[in-house]
Amino acid sequence: MIESDTIAAIATAMDNSGIGIIRISGDEAIDITDKIFKSVKNKKLKEVKSHTIHFGHIVQNNEILDEVLVSVMKAPNSYTKENVVEINCHGGVVVLNKVLETVFKAGARPAEPGEFTKRAFLNGRIDLTQAEAVIDIINSKNEYALTNSVRQLKGSVSVKVKEIRENILNQIAFIEAALDDPEHISLENYNEELINITTLILSELRKLLDSADNGRVISGGIRTVILGKPNAGKSSFLNTLIGEERAIVTEIEGTTRDALEENIRIHGISLNIADTAGIRETEDVVEKIGVKKSRTLAEEADLVLFIVDASRPLNENDYEIIDIIKDKKYLVLMNKSDLETVVKPSDIVGIDESRIINISAKQNIGIDIFEDKIKEMFFGGEINFDSELFITNERQKNDIRNAYDSILLVENSIKNRMPEDFFSIDLMNAYESLGKVIGETIEDDLVNQIFSKFCMGK
Amino acid sequence: MSGYVEQKYDVLVVGAGHAGCEAALASARLGLNTIMFTVSVDSIALMPCNPNIGGSSKGHLVREIDALGGEMGKNIDKTFIQSKMLNLSKGPAVHSLRAQADKKDYSTQMRITLENTDNLTIRQAEITDLIVDDGKIVGAKTYSGATYYVKAVILCTGTYLKARCIYGDVSNPTGPNGLQAANHLTDSLKRLGIEMYRFKTGTPARVDKRSIDFTKMEEQKGDEIVIPFSFSTDKDSIQKDQISCWLTYTNEDTHKIIKDNIDRSPLFSGMIEGTGPRYCPSIEDKVIKFADKNKHQVFIEPEGLDTNEMYLGGMSSSLPEDVQYAMYKTVQGLENVKIVRNAYAIEYDCINPRQLLPTLEFKGIKGLFCGGQFNGSSGYEEAAAQGIIAGINAALEVLGKEQIVIDRSQGYIGVLIDDLVTKENHEPYRMMTSRAEYRLLLRQDNADLRLTHIGHKAGLVSDEVFERVEKKRKLIDKEIERLENTPIGANQEVQDFLVKYESAPLKTGSNLAELIRRPELDYEKLKEIDVDRPLLESDIVEQVNINIKYDGYIKRQLKQVEQFKKLEGKKLDADFDYATVSGLRREAMQKLNLYKPLSLGQASRITGVSPADISVLLVYLSTKKHNS
Repeated sequence: MIESDTIAAIATAMDNSGIGIIRISGDEAIDITDKIFKSVKNKKLKEVKSHTIHFGHIVQNNEILDEVLVSVMKAPNSYTKENVVEINCHGGVVVLNKVLETVFKAGARPAEPGEFTKRAFLNGRIDLTQAEAVIDIINSKNEYALTNSVRQLKGSVSVKVKEIRENILNQIAFIEAALDDPEHISLENYNEELINITTLILSELRKLLDSADNGRVISGGIRTVILGKPNAGKSSFLNTLIGEERAIVTEIEGTTRDALEENIRIHGISLNIADTAGIRETEDVVEKIGVKKSRTLAEEADLVLFIVDASRPLNENDYEIIDIIKDKKYLVLMNKSDLETVVKPSDIVGIDESRIINISAKQNIGIDIFEDKIKEMFFGGEINFDSELFITNERQKNDIRNAYDSILLVENSIKNRMPEDFFSIDLMNAYESLGKVIGETIEDDLVNQIFSKFCMGK
Repeated sequence: MSGYVEQKYDVLVVGAGHAGCEAALASARLGLNTIMFTVSVDSIALMPCNPNIGGSSKGHLVREIDALGGEMGKNIDKTFIQSKMLNLSKGPAVHSLRAQADKKDYSTQMRITLENTDNLTIRQAEITDLIVDDGKIVGAKTYSGATYYVKAVILCTGTYLKARCIYGDVSNPTGPNGLQAANHLTDSLKRLGIEMYRFKTGTPARVDKRSIDFTKMEEQKGDEIVIPFSFSTDKDSIQKDQISCWLTYTNEDTHKIIKDNIDRSPLFSGMIEGTGPRYCPSIEDKVIKFADKNKHQVFIEPEGLDTNEMYLGGMSSSLPEDVQYAMYKTVQGLENVKIVRNAYAIEYDCINPRQLLPTLEFKGIKGLFCGGQFNGSSGYEEAAAQGIIAGINAALEVLGKEQIVIDRSQGYIGVLIDDLVTKENHEPYRMMTSRAEYRLLLRQDNADLRLTHIGHKAGLVSDEVFERVEKKRKLIDKEIERLENTPIGANQEVQDFLVKYESAPLKTGSNLAELIRRPELDYEKLKEIDVDRPLLESDIVEQVNINIKYDGYIKRQLKQVEQFKKLEGKKLDADFDYATVSGLRREAMQKLNLYKPLSLGQASRITGVSPADISVLLVYLSTKKHNS
């Protein structure tokens, strides 16, 4: 919403092509980059000409993160008509992510969905006829980010965030009630109590941040769905993937596993397998949840894995699935290839034969070929991370970090013997930041809390 | 019907309570021929509930009213009998003045002021009808049939519209204190399409001082040095002997009586339908809702100097008379209490304030302004704050000048009015410091620096006062600059000074401002090592100290205000149809059409409007700008 602060995001698709661009836009884009960029020629970007490219390194705590090319485009001659810096990173997805984080730490905030385009428009860069399109972008992307950020949030994380927020709100309400009604409510000895609470909150937020750094707040990855008729072997296949050492199942310590998805890593490529709980329990995904739901799942997915029972003839279910996946990125896995097979690849009409792999989930046959195929598709740029989702993750991480910093400020204020009303300013900031993580706004929370918890009155 | 017709007045004010008084004074002082109606001239500036002015955040409002050129601060300075600065142990933003008033004197002094104000006429009569022509107010009618043709009307009807006072199964169709209710105006308002709410509030019993055993209570004294509310009151002129208040507590016996008789409360029988405020609950509310508390405070406050009546703060109630006697008598020190006036709940009509512009003018009816409890607020100070704004704006409209709006970053008055006209409000609205998001900037100590220029521009503040405040501002800035730029070496004298105040010794040179920022030091203490400082008034020193000490926080809030102002600056058309904006969510579209916000900032505060909707509006606005 804020029009002049500096925003940043990854501007390229999140694939493993090795190169990725981080775009920074806003008044302080150049200053912020100067904080983290060391040019080989020892030049400060503040002093360079517009539309020039500079070679150097992104440095954090005296440690080189990546070798980069930085382009500087000064306002108003840029896409957004603001100062724009683009950092071309070379180190792949993980490093790109790290560099982006460094940019945030240096003072930028994660861009909202469609925000670069929005700014470009608001600053008069984009033609008027495109206004409607911009509105659509904002809308669809916001909706997307909203539903996805909340949906993708691990259940356990959202429970934890809610719990911390509740705790913070209680403290604010207590302080505020005492300020508004000093004769009824006393803050005596409250500081000692609050410092214990902030210590606890800080450690909890730290844990969330650590798990976020491991990609566990949101499981960013290739959204994958497994389809197949009853008894085709979907769950055996999944179990084979999970059961092996290389498969990582995300789980935050001490919490229950999110039933909605499994996160599996193959050659470092992250797959989010959707709705697996359902698949694993029922086996009969098409039958149980219906063709319509399968279609929706497939539509939302970046990749469909179609499991065919090669030991039985194709039936109506299989044809329906073939129809669904035709226009998607897919792999067809001819399961039970260790048994006598009756289905030939050419039977699966309309499907690219190079996408068909013979496997046996039970005997662990062909899994390595499957994995190589995934690698090939990923590095070939055929399947991508959803960059929007990745950004959402970044944004939420950033919000948690902001909350952490705010609570640190509260601790500081307590140590500096500031009056209590100063505590609630930063507590409120923390509360708001955490609200963004779980998609809740503040509205009248505070006033309601004050009245429900504390007896005030003349 | 008499058919008397009067045409010489410009502005007509309905009601002579705290809102009505400020509205009428502002209008008359701006040179408009003003007439103020009241159902009883004897009840001008009546305090029908608590006998005090100010308190947390309300004290801020009084100071702001004063800075704008209002009367409340001056009037309480004349008539207080005890004064206290609350929250002194906390930060400067929440310090708040509260004074006990001599109610009768408060009323009398305000009446004297009104009666001695040029252009102001006081008239006892009930206004029953408004005359609106083509979306514009043109006059009003009284119960006796007289018609007053005017250019603007300000409604400040307080708790009088269709008022009903209730305790137990007794229901009196009167306003507060048994005064005549105004039973006709509501119907006229409804005919104009105005949406009404029904709210309730309550007050405790008044008891005879001679029947109280004060030896069983804790004495509550005023401050040794009284600080005036008004920036123009001379501090030395108001130091005087003060009257004490007294503190006692309810106990388990009190609570048992209440619980045993709760079924006799009119709230339970359904006799009261109005919505009451959560922040001043009746004692029965407190006992039921906070069942784990075994005692509640009761403040015994004098109603005035020459009366025996005492106010039982904290024990408002609508229980039957016999239960009131029984429960009050359980309270320590009230064993033999004699009631002078019963506690009661009062129900009254007010409006849904969403129908108002931030100028306090009705959206659909030009020239019709309103303030106070009529707008769904509660409290004398909240009323007066709206009264002065409504008065100023009604006058400015008649004069054809630009009206004033105080925004949320300028004052509590801005927060109050913005909340009323923008947010859904289902109970009498009370000001609270937590409602002010920029409260570090909106302190009671700097209300003059924040708002005097607005009062001056409107014409209510004299050039002399305005220049005094501007001079003060310059002196403050100059002194802050001097402190920021005066280096301090790490010499022996300085180190000794720091040791004395248990402050860490300097390793390298610093400046005076840096030292003031240390929690254990302040401007006063630094005097010994700051020999060249100019001689400054205490109010300037106070500003310098606060601004330097809390500099970091203040700067952060100023940054937030900057962002806030950007959205406030993006204006929206009041009669724009949001259904024509594609891309708005349905709920947002409906809410925006209901509230018709005047700026993007206001739109963003409406419940149900999301940041994405604001983005859509932003793009839309931009499109319009390009097109035109």
